[in-house]
Amino acid sequence: MTEEDPTPRLAVLGAGVMGVSITTLALEHGVPVVLVETDPAKRADAPARIERELRTAQLMGVRSGKPRAELVTGASVADCADADVVIEAITEDADLKIAALTEVSHTVDEDTALVTNTSSIPVDELAAKLPRPEALLGVHFMNPSYLIRTVEVIRGSRTSSRAADSVGRLLTALGRRGVFVGDGPGFVTSRVLHRMINDAARVVQEGRASAEDVDTLMQDCLGHRTGPLRTADLIGIDNLVDSLRVLHERTGDEGCRPCELLLRKVAAGEHGRKSGKGFYTYTGVLS
Amino acid sequence: MSEPTTTPPLSAEHVRTELRRFLEERTKTDWAADTDLFATGGVSSLFAMELVVHVEKTFGIAVEGPDLRIDNFRTVNAMTDLVLRLAEAGSGE
Ligand SMILES: NC(=O)c1ccc[n+]([C@@H]2O[C@H](COP(=O)([O-])OP(=O)(O)OC[C@H]3O[C@@H](n4cnc5c(N)ncnc54)[C@H](O)[C@@H]3O)[C@@H](O)[C@H]2O)c1
Repeated sequence: MTEEDPTPRLAVLGAGVMGVSITTLALEHGVPVVLVETDPAKRADAPARIERELRTAQLMGVRSGKPRAELVTGASVADCADADVVIEAITEDADLKIAALTEVSHTVDEDTALVTNTSSIPVDELAAKLPRPEALLGVHFMNPSYLIRTVEVIRGSRTSSRAADSVGRLLTALGRRGVFVGDGPGFVTSRVLHRMINDAARVVQEGRASAEDVDTLMQDCLGHRTGPLRTADLIGIDNLVDSLRVLHERTGDEGCRPCELLLRKVAAGEHGRKSGKGFYTYTGVLS
Repeated sequence: MSEPTTTPPLSAEHVRTELRRFLEERTKTDWAADTDLFATGGVSSLFAMELVVHVEKTFGIAVEGPDLRIDNFRTVNAMTDLVLRLAEAGSGE
């Protein structure tokens, strides 16, 4: 970003469900992205997955109309050196995130804001271990990021105004509205939603209803948009379990201990939409 | 598309039947040809892209540009019109 060109330069770490979704949102809003992924296979097929998400955005009529920006993929954090904002969207594991954000801090200049897209790890917990804790803030984009216009924003107790302003400019460029909430395990949305999905899975585990019937009741009677178990498939059941573990460890709430059925699905590789099967099966998603 | 010219043209009836079969298999619901699939209580919008990919693969067409919009996939009839139009445009080359 310069005075002549106010478009922020964005780097995204992790080309999983969220990295791809956030990158799609940025590109179709004319914001160029450097996407860093360590897994070679994921890095190789990221452009095709983004292409597909861009088609979905067009199908759903949410393209911004701006010319599409350039995508660069990279294998190392060194590729984000010029970014104004770096969003980490890597695996939900505090140690991995701290290691990656520390490396980023040593690579970028000190004006660069760092964003974590964590579902559940408190921002202050991550910030405390970083060389520049004031650069970090949480922005909880959800999936699909280009369809959901609101994001949950978490300012840590040490977050600087400069970092917050820089992220504010990015959200404006992306056409997203931020709702600021207090820091803590799972913030608002994961604290409420992930526990509820765990309960929904437990009902299926106990044999009291099928996944379809749970979702139908939650949708048709209670107005839940996709149903909790279809949402689990959309999130990725592996990521959901990681997030529930973070919540359980940090709150002691037994309702957040991932239930057996979720654990069995992760062990069986049934991770949801991204693997073609979870509570439901998906065709044409992987091609 | 470069289909041989001897391939019989797609009939609306054939396209409609195939679409209803696919929808029934995937959503466990028998959809009337003029019912809005995406209206409240219907098919999730996330299923929409699956539907596009299915239609492209099954009928050998590519849905692009202004054709790629949800209104073309809202009902079995709308999809049938789209498929026939694109298939005809493709075979005319
Ligand atoms: N899935 C959702 O719906 C959702 C929604 C909101 C937030 N989140 C959060 O977003 C983050 C990412 O979740 P996801 O669902 O995309 O996970 P995912 O497992 O689909 O993807 C994570 C990716 O990060 C890559 N990665 C790991 N370490 C890396 C590193 N050091 N540098 C670069 N890439 C690395 C992995 O190879 C993988 O491709 C998590 O913190 C998750 O809790 C997920």
